[in-house]
Amino acid sequence: MVAREQFSADLEAIQKSIISFAFEVDSALKQAIDALYERNSDLAYKVIENDEILNKRDQDINEATIQLIAMQQPVATDLRRLVAFLRVSTDLERMADHAKNIAKSVNRLNVLSPYEIPLAIRDMQEVVSKMIHSAVQAFEEEDISKAKKLADLDNVVDSMYGELFRDMLDERKAEAGKHQQMMQLVFVGRFVERIGDHITNIGEGILYLVKGTSIDLNK
Amino acid sequence: MNYTADRPTETETEETILKKAASHKEIVLDVKDLSIFYGSKEAVKRANMGIEKNAVTALIGPSGCGKSTFIRSINRMNDLIPSSRAEGEIIYDGLNILRKDINVVALRAEIGMVFQKPNPFPKSIYNNITHALKYNGQKDKQALDQIVEESLRKAALWDEVKDRLHQSALSLSGGQQQRLCIARTLAMEPQILLLDEPASALDPVSNAKIEELILQLKEDYSIVIVTHNMSQASRVSDKTAFFFNGDIVEYDDTKKIFTNPSETKTEEYISGRFG
Repeated sequence: MVAREQFSADLEAIQKSIISFAFEVDSALKQAIDALYERNSDLAYKVIENDEILNKRDQDINEATIQLIAMQQPVATDLRRLVAFLRVSTDLERMADHAKNIAKSVNRLNVLSPYEIPLAIRDMQEVVSKMIHSAVQAFEEEDISKAKKLADLDNVVDSMYGELFRDMLDERKAEAGKHQQMMQLVFVGRFVERIGDHITNIGEGILYLVKGTSIDLNK
Repeated sequence: MNYTADRPTETETEETILKKAASHKEIVLDVKDLSIFYGSKEAVKRANMGIEKNAVTALIGPSGCGKSTFIRSINRMNDLIPSSRAEGEIIYDGLNILRKDINVVALRAEIGMVFQKPNPFPKSIYNNITHALKYNGQKDKQALDQIVEESLRKAALWDEVKDRLHQSALSLSGGQQQRLCIARTLAMEPQILLLDEPASALDPVSNAKIEELILQLKEDYSIVIVTHNMSQASRVSDKTAFFFNGDIVEYDDTKKIFTNPSETKTEEYISGRFG
């Protein structure tokens, strides 16, 4: 088989930049959650500022992908791979936005009177980080069984969020006057939960790449 | 006869019904176990293919894979090669056109062919179209005029040449010459058009005109096209057959072939990884 070497190298380069983009998004999420527990506004601002860099990553990946589509006129798996690149990158960019939203909530919380942050949020972030790492593996190895399993982890995150939400409602009765803090914490939980949904979308992108069919894993 | 057999059962979804309907398209040429030999070399190996009516079927594959041999066998052009021999059947209009007693001239009027290099006769544009008609006994000037105009219109050439019908066909550009060859074939009122790399010798604009023309012509004709240009195959055809080493590796809807082919070999070829 005569490989289209330059084309293959270009594809690999985009794949690599998507993988490092995913790790950057993961670290933005971790930093935002660290800022939450540490009441660290500097770190939160850093996450907010850094979001512009992550937006740029998405733009660069889109540009490189569209350029390859135009120049190489890919078909079949090559075409699906490039379409998957666009989809995955868009989801990563949305995930980065949610990390930024968490950081904004941290800043709002930090000007209010302190409130004990429920450990459930850290637990959720850890599951989501695990999902990012599995998604990267599935993406790198084009492994559909790993991609499908992302949906299971997402269900775990969803139920963790449900529990957090209910706890917050209960505590709200107990701690009158702290409703702003509790609202922000529910938002944070919601942002982490949305990141999980986007990772599941990435799983769908990988399934599309490998199988050529669209499957809804977010059910 | 069980007339209910084709009725949708309750469990059938809309999708499977549509699929069935699509697979019931009328077949204009039914190729059955076709093998073509040059001497002892088997250039096409027991090919089976139902070519659909009013559709464009693209034949793709690397050089020497048998696709040109295959298309040429459909109007018996291979007869001109002394060492060639065909086995199997090509059923057209209920008849096996490989039979020895077929009138090949009449067959080639029904199944017209256009070649890679435009090959107009060194005659006027008008006479290029009327030559075969006159040979077949058509002498009525008015009828000939009408056929010339109609054929040139169908080949999207009329507006460009209507004021110079009696100039030499060789004064036309390559793309115009090729459309003239298509008009010349259409004048015979064929049912099927065979195009053997019709646009490969043309510039991109002429190429685009030919592609546009192919899409218009399939309303009235069934078209089989050999092409080395993958994007051309994907733009103009409804069905695609991938030939390799004399075998039809895969024959399916063009959409399927170019987005998600079933065979690895097809995928490697269309994505330019061998061939």
